Amino acid sequence: MNGLAAATTDALELLIAGDAKLFGIVGLSLEVSLSAVFLACVLGLPLGAAIAVGRFPGRRSVIVALNALMGLPPVVVGLLVYLMLSRAGPLGSMGLLFTPTAMIFAQTILVVPIVAALSRQVVEDAWQEFHEQLRSLGVTRMGASITLLWDLRFSLLTIVLAGFGRAAAEVGAVMIVGGNIDGVTRVMTTTIALETSKGDLPLALALGIVLVAVVLALNAGAYVIKEAAERRYG
Amino acid sequence: MCGWLLTISLLLSSAQAQQRFITVASTTSTEQSGLFGHILPAFQKKTAIQVRVVALGTGQAFDLARRGDADVVFVHARGLEEKFVAEGHGVKRIPVMYNDFVLIGPQTDPARIGRQRDAAAALKAIESAQAAFVSRGDRSGTHTAELALWAQAGIDIAKQKGAWYRDTGQGMGPALNTASSMDAYILADRGTWLSFKNRGALAILVQGDQRLFNQYGVILVNPVRQPHVKQADAQAFIDWLVADDGQNAIGSFKINGEALFTPNATQAGA
Repeated sequence: MNGLAAATTDALELLIAGDAKLFGIVGLSLEVSLSAVFLACVLGLPLGAAIAVGRFPGRRSVIVALNALMGLPPVVVGLLVYLMLSRAGPLGSMGLLFTPTAMIFAQTILVVPIVAALSRQVVEDAWQEFHEQLRSLGVTRMGASITLLWDLRFSLLTIVLAGFGRAAAEVGAVMIVGGNIDGVTRVMTTTIALETSKGDLPLALALGIVLVAVVLALNAGAYVIKEAAERRYG
Repeated sequence: MCGWLLTISLLLSSAQAQQRFITVASTTSTEQSGLFGHILPAFQKKTAIQVRVVALGTGQAFDLARRGDADVVFVHARGLEEKFVAEGHGVKRIPVMYNDFVLIGPQTDPARIGRQRDAAAALKAIESAQAAFVSRGDRSGTHTAELALWAQAGIDIAKQKGAWYRDTGQGMGPALNTASSMDAYILADRGTWLSFKNRGALAILVQGDQRLFNQYGVILVNPVRQPHVKQADAQAFIDWLVADDGQNAIGSFKINGEALFTPNATQAGA
């Protein structure tokens, strides 16, 4: 456990030294993963709510598929996005391979199923409880899904954070579509993978601790905001 | 989908200013040894062209270039490089520098390969002792060199490998980590070894054999095949690499006073 103690000290030193390069990497990690989570919410929350209140043929299969997609391997998503964005691929002419945009795109694909599948469950539970009430008020299914999403916003926050956790922690997809280019597409997880490759295990571990600390701080912030908002609007 | 991607791009437009850049597909040995970090700032300062290095195994680097995702390939497997050019994917192969491979193993040396020069004899000893050997197994330049050495040792490794031969499918660093944790023999390029920190009980056992010579070459991806290749900027990078500026920068890259690569762009037949 000596290694862990030393790595923790190293991590603190890295943070205190305020290394501009490290902050750049942390900043890019946050930019990519937060953008991906934002896009995944824009797509996934309405999708989850629509499936929750909707009745259509094949609904059960869609739910099973969506739940299964939560386990998408990042490497596979990375490979698919790579083949799509590669010059020889269908979207190659956009020249987006090895850019942060490509990384956001890949992580969005990873996070959408998590946001959609989990929000579907939460909204469906609430829908079963309140749908007669909502129906008697003459609310359409569309209106109901919007109402429920809004009413459940504090519960949904945990889902959003789960999605962020997935995005911030994955390395397989961003490594392939970003290329781990120094100063351009190098994020926390790919830096950790690189330092591990170089055999600098203490530095890799220290960077890992920095990553966990950043994710922790973000979660703590979200929790505080949620508490405050609940007290005010609860 | 296009629209969506464009939206993301626009969201990020501030972050992605119109920086002039080229993409270089290179090997893990050049990136992880720190060579690029040492030489690229000088080139970028002189030309304002940013060099974006994607570090892969040599085989993967060629795949990337064949798909049109790189402007320049900078690798170490002469046979594959010449094939790449002959097939019309690259314009011309230009030698840049060399270092050498070293045969690394546990200091206890269970296969008794000794500190000799004959790399093929050493591999033969490892095979007959059935001592643990870690292979890259990833079609990289180092893997290609390893396979050639087995052949020179008269061993058909595809047929004769047993549980002692661990095919890891990993980059140089991760493969060294594996060898270090299981006290296995491994062929590595000297550059990565010198900058590698998690050595454990491993040390260089065999070096200096002519067959361990490791030449690096640079190739411009054929702009006729891949029209979006940034020909002028990519050529500027290649020209810089093989001219005095680049060659001196390569030669001055040292770790613990030891030079990792020897520039030899002017050497005939390299």
